[in-house]
Amino acid sequence: MSEMQKTIEIEVLRYHPEKDREPHRQVFEVPFTDDMSVLQGVQYIKDYLDGSLSFRWSCRMAICGSCGMMINGIPSLSCQTFLRDYYPARVRVEALAHFPIERDLVINMEGFIEKLESIQPYIIPKEERTLAQGEYLQTPEQLNAYEQFSSCINCLLCYAACPQFGLNSSFIGPAATALLHRYNVDSRDGGKAERMELINSEEGVFNCTAVGYCSEVCPKHVDPANAVNQNKTNSAADYFLRFLAPKGGAK
Amino acid sequence: MKAPLKRSNAPIFWALFGAGGMLSALFGPMLVFITGLALPLGLLLPADTMSYPKMLAFAQNIIGKGFIFAIIALFLWHAAHRIFHSLHDIGIHAGTGAKLLCYGSAMLGTLIAAYALLAIGF
Repeated sequence: MSEMQKTIEIEVLRYHPEKDREPHRQVFEVPFTDDMSVLQGVQYIKDYLDGSLSFRWSCRMAICGSCGMMINGIPSLSCQTFLRDYYPARVRVEALAHFPIERDLVINMEGFIEKLESIQPYIIPKEERTLAQGEYLQTPEQLNAYEQFSSCINCLLCYAACPQFGLNSSFIGPAATALLHRYNVDSRDGGKAERMELINSEEGVFNCTAVGYCSEVCPKHVDPANAVNQNKTNSAADYFLRFLAPKGGAK
Repeated sequence: MKAPLKRSNAPIFWALFGAGGMLSALFGPMLVFITGLALPLGLLLPADTMSYPKMLAFAQNIIGKGFIFAIIALFLWHAAHRIFHSLHDIGIHAGTGAKLLCYGSAMLGTLIAAYALLAIGF
């Protein structure tokens, strides 16, 4: 470190389940350059200051969804959040809110994985087709209906942003609902009735109080709040009209 | 999800909440202005706009009756739902008791309004 080297303080939430009774904070002095992301900051800590610091990361370009953290209290991808936006003040980095901490900045995402499985996030074909019948064709309009919801990278920032998920972790939540919606509105899919049972259930969309912060923090502009609220309408319509139209919708 | 899914009855309360919210957004400010500002301060409207005979005639008219009923009942259901969910938000997970109290008072207000509007005659 030369004398001219600027530094920035990074305050990290530490938690080692076998040693610590509860999470605590530790401050590191990290050399700072204009082009450094917060992820590069914590990588510096791991490489040069404290090798025991644990965090998830992979692509460094907001595609993999691994490096979500609370940065100064805001759910963010650490790879696309830059230290220069905080310099010379201290930056506070914590594990994503509302999830159990496995170690340091690594959260336990098992609950989300179960939810992801439960929505059947794959196309359940409407009709069996043989290879000879060729591919399923879609118009640009049919693509538009679901395309934005398919951009989810499962980074869980929306869950860290959702106060209702924080109060009740059985709520299916923003990302899972957005993905569920993505398959329900796909013209090739025939699994809507099965998935709507989840939407209509006590774990479903009515846990949402339309805060909208999920869509604000989404790094891929998915707008999960929109998916949730469209399905409140779908679910309510089904609730009242199911006796008129026995086909479709849950029991 | 391991446990079998239980269908939520939320759509009933959500629909009443939504209807009340829409109505209060459309008519609330106007009603506050008329009853709270314009008449007491003698602005714009004739002084006897809300005189007893006029209000009685309004409440006895079938459309007036419907208007008064919808305003009172749906505003109450809207408020009950909002209060119930706000309790949850500030960390009071009062469950069935709070639910009964919130929606019960809305139900009570609805019944009283219906009774009074019918009792006043046509």
